[in-house]
Amino acid sequence: MNAPSITTSSAQSPAGTTRFDLAAAVKDSAKAALITLGLSIPILAYKTDQSGADLFLTPRWGLVAIFCAIVFGLRLALHAFTASRSYRKALPDPHQATEAVHAEPSAYQKVSKFGIPFFLGIALTFPILIYLIQGGLNESRYWVDLGILILTYVMLGWGLNIVVGLAGLLDLGYVAFYAVGAYSYALLSTTFGLSFWICLPLAGILAAFWGMILGFPVLRLRGDYLAIVTLAFGEIIRLVLINWVDLTNGGAGISSIPRATFFGLPFTAGEGGFAATFGLEFNGMHRMIFLYYLILALALLTNFVTMRLRKLPVGRAWEALREDEIACRSLGINTTNTKLTAFAIGAMFGGFAGSFFAVRQGFVSPESFNFLESAIILAIVVMGGMGSQIGVAIAAIVLVGGPEILRNLTFLQAVFGSGFDPNEYRLLIFGMGMVAMMVWRPRGLISEREPSVILKERKAISGSLVKEGHG
Amino acid sequence: MEIFVQQLINGLTLGSIYGLIAIGYTMVFGIIGMVNFAHGDVFMLSAFIALIFFLILTTWLGISSVVLALFFVLIIAMVLTSLWGWAIERIAYRPLRGSFRLAPLISAIGVSIFLSNFVQVAQGARNKPTPPMIGDVIVLFQGASGYNVALSYKQIIIMVTTAVLLSIFWYLVQKTSLGRAQRACEQDRKMAALLGINVDRTISLTFVIGAALAAVAGTMYLLYYGVVSFSDGFVPGVKAFTAAVLGGIGSLPGAVLGGLIIGLIETFWSAYFSIEYKDVAAFSILAIVLIFMPSGILGRPEVEKV
Repeated sequence: MNAPSITTSSAQSPAGTTRFDLAAAVKDSAKAALITLGLSIPILAYKTDQSGADLFLTPRWGLVAIFCAIVFGLRLALHAFTASRSYRKALPDPHQATEAVHAEPSAYQKVSKFGIPFFLGIALTFPILIYLIQGGLNESRYWVDLGILILTYVMLGWGLNIVVGLAGLLDLGYVAFYAVGAYSYALLSTTFGLSFWICLPLAGILAAFWGMILGFPVLRLRGDYLAIVTLAFGEIIRLVLINWVDLTNGGAGISSIPRATFFGLPFTAGEGGFAATFGLEFNGMHRMIFLYYLILALALLTNFVTMRLRKLPVGRAWEALREDEIACRSLGINTTNTKLTAFAIGAMFGGFAGSFFAVRQGFVSPESFNFLESAIILAIVVMGGMGSQIGVAIAAIVLVGGPEILRNLTFLQAVFGSGFDPNEYRLLIFGMGMVAMMVWRPRGLISEREPSVILKERKAISGSLVKEGHG
Repeated sequence: MEIFVQQLINGLTLGSIYGLIAIGYTMVFGIIGMVNFAHGDVFMLSAFIALIFFLILTTWLGISSVVLALFFVLIIAMVLTSLWGWAIERIAYRPLRGSFRLAPLISAIGVSIFLSNFVQVAQGARNKPTPPMIGDVIVLFQGASGYNVALSYKQIIIMVTTAVLLSIFWYLVQKTSLGRAQRACEQDRKMAALLGINVDRTISLTFVIGAALAAVAGTMYLLYYGVVSFSDGFVPGVKAFTAAVLGGIGSLPGAVLGGLIIGLIETFWSAYFSIEYKDVAAFSILAIVLIFMPSGILGRPEVEKV
């Protein structure tokens, strides 16, 4: 894949200043619409519905017509856009290659200067803000729950970011370690009665251990083989969880897992509970808010450890490995050990998140750990920009919180009909988003390679100057 | 003994379906060195296309001969799935040539997620059963314990169709100028371009052929199992990829051989060990082959050039 691609595109005229050719653009757009028509037959044009044992077809040609019209319009707009842009580009740029390169504050630095304290502040005061906005603990339940969900994905995204973003190893089976963490807590607490605070580190250690067992044989494979093998391991672990009924109770899952306690004080109404000890009126939301701060602390721990690790030799070796494995090997870096640490540490945070998942739900079953879950976490990391911590957090908020918020917008239901549920379309958009991201911004929306060490002043690093996608 | 023969027949049928899908993986890998993760979902999509056209032909146009209907369905499914294959390559993979090494794989995962959810949204999440198409069987011989070894017409159709299409395809790759261009691109893309081969067109055609063979597999899958759902692309896709790797990725006879081996292993495993763990067996074979025998049975060992 190193060879530069040889394209035979005839669209680029040498002058680039030709005026917008409407006839050609319309013709091309019509072609695109025709292809859309071909693609929509018959998947969109006919819906199979079932009545009794028989299938029958419902035609939906109106929908196909709408899609073709949309593609036609978009294609035409794209032509107009590229024509006007190539016209502007043809004019000489006053700054072209005459000035020394200097480090202007990039999008990342602008975001990080105000954005990080802002986000952190919001995250820390979120339950209080929601309490004030909603005007009561019980009313804010939905929002705190959503906050917990988003933070779980932020943490998983940050954990996977160590493996994918820093070390450049595509791991499609990350959810396996999430499962190991969840089942570790579930089994240890139900059979041995261990408390959450003992199980949490144990779950992390077990997940890291599994990461090492699985990682050791596969880490000498090249990138895409590694991805497929991790996918296979993820599926194997899920299938074993389903079929090993004696240990895991199979597809029925493990229920009645002990709930979280406030360092030994249970969140119950009776004597000796959290509310009674602190002289508060009992409310189920205390536990939710505690869980919120617990996952926030775990996520921030993940971030903190990652940021510190990046500055250690092992972290720099990860990033070097991501850029060029052969160069790394020739410089004497033990690539297997380096990959293995990335894999194990990523798995450990997955295990922490898993045991949190188990304590929050009180119930685990293999269905929570299928490939789609891995794909969602990977989509978060990819769209956040592989390697960028703040990008991953923003991507998790948008991708997980976005559909939930869209669902509450009532005017969307007026447009698309009353049965409209954005969650159905979530994965559709994730898939398209991953492709679009790779085509247009392979380094993510906030594409920045931050130098981990700065000598005196911040300078533009070479990574910011080369063409996107090469490195 | 009777069970053994019966499982052999079942395994070969299943194996020919896997082999057809595996060719799509192995050709794409050979020519641009990427794992086309979305290929399994293209297969699933083609099964849906076949299902809908089968319903149109039998219920609306009133074709009563199932074999004739299947023939038309096969051709229509091949054409429409090829269009999908072409469009996917054009939109999701072509702009990424020369990008960093994981980009095409991530893009392919995106396409895979998109396709399965597109079908889910467009056609609903439930399993789609077809009316039973061909139920007749030929009893080959009767065992002592009264166990009949049967070869069904379905299985004959599947094996014959696979064999015929594979020989057409073999001719295409070995004897035509398209096949020569394809093999040239496989060896050295830059040099092939310098010698006047339209590389983009050749790669597009590779995807088109792969998708057409996946459509054959999809139609045969529908005929064999009589039911399809939006999530049916994933596991057969991974198994076919395993077949491609086992046979030696990049090698066409290897893909067919690997497909047959995987099909046989799966049926024998289900018959003699445990049916619950048959997917675990397939996934384990994938991992074991990649770790210990990455060049497969008929593949060339990979040399890394700097």
